[in-house]
Amino acid sequence: MSNGQLKPPINENDHIKGPEDAPVTLVEYGDYECPHCARAHPIVEEIIQRMGDRLCFAYRNFPLREAHPHAEHAAEAAEWAGDSGKFWEMHDALFEHRSDGPDWLDDDRLLQYASDLGLDPSDLESALREERYRPRVRSDFMSGVRSGVNGTPTFFINGYRYDGNWDLPELLDALEGAGAAR
Amino acid sequence: MSDKAESGSTRQSRKNGGSGPAGGHTEKLLQPGTEAPDFTLNSTPDQTVSLAEFRGHPVILAFYPADWSPVCGDQMSLYNEVLPEFRKLGAELLGISVDGAWCHAAFKDARNLQFPLLSDFEPKGEVCRMYGAYRDEEGVAERALFVIDGDGKITWSYCSPVGVNPGADGILSALEDLHEPAEKESA
Repeated sequence: MSNGQLKPPINENDHIKGPEDAPVTLVEYGDYECPHCARAHPIVEEIIQRMGDRLCFAYRNFPLREAHPHAEHAAEAAEWAGDSGKFWEMHDALFEHRSDGPDWLDDDRLLQYASDLGLDPSDLESALREERYRPRVRSDFMSGVRSGVNGTPTFFINGYRYDGNWDLPELLDALEGAGAAR
Repeated sequence: MSDKAESGSTRQSRKNGGSGPAGGHTEKLLQPGTEAPDFTLNSTPDQTVSLAEFRGHPVILAFYPADWSPVCGDQMSLYNEVLPEFRKLGAELLGISVDGAWCHAAFKDARNLQFPLLSDFEPKGEVCRMYGAYRDEEGVAERALFVIDGDGKITWSYCSPVGVNPGADGILSALEDLHEPAEKESA
């Protein structure tokens, strides 16, 4: 049975914020269409701000495709933007445009976000059509399954699944505690 | 900020809520090495499925307390996503709860589930009891997992605290263990 250990650890394939050798690592498995992940997004951003160089944050895709029909394309769009060095800009857009209304992850909106970031929407369109980033997203998903991810968002602190409350104070406490333990 | 505060506690209660002591019910569960008791249950209002039909292939039995768990990414939805990996390993997945066949039909449709949900409805919980996976107090199935090999023998079982989604990793490892001896022989 899974002991909730992150497999594989943060590596060069990950999108990270903060120094790779930071004393504390936080990995989130998320789904851009998941309302809980959307609520976690500003909490994680606040934690990144507060912890600065003491934290390395990585985001991995865990789209629940049958439950969230737009989550796969959204994840692929973020990976596509990542190849142009704009993963985090797209990541923020995908979560933050949720307040625009229920169609915020429709394909034409994804293309609009690409344009907004100065990227070529026609290339994103073909990337989605050709499923160019699907293997990458599936690889994230399966790493989550093998690490014991059982829903979204799931967090790992220093490589171990964090099953506690992820409100700002609790998550921050857990991360600070993990830093102090080192 | 209040909605944020709620989000965290929702997650908390989803993972920990309503659970007894971790693994507290595990001892009554049918254990590896046991012959898997055969059963026939309704998969739809007018169709039945028998365990014996699956001889020759591994079967995953996923007992769960109830349809309509109010979270995204609940256990059955997760297994739906991992189904291609289960099938790559030659296995079929059967979900089992005490919900009626019409309830299962609506749940399956709503979540677009691509595997059968069986109704242990009448006599209620009979199959759950045969596998040691019934919660008498609540009258529902445990959150219990079994991997059965092609010969109908249980090779792995696991009972999760009822409020904790056990994920899919244990199932995948158990299915890989079934394949390992064959791979070694052919190597």
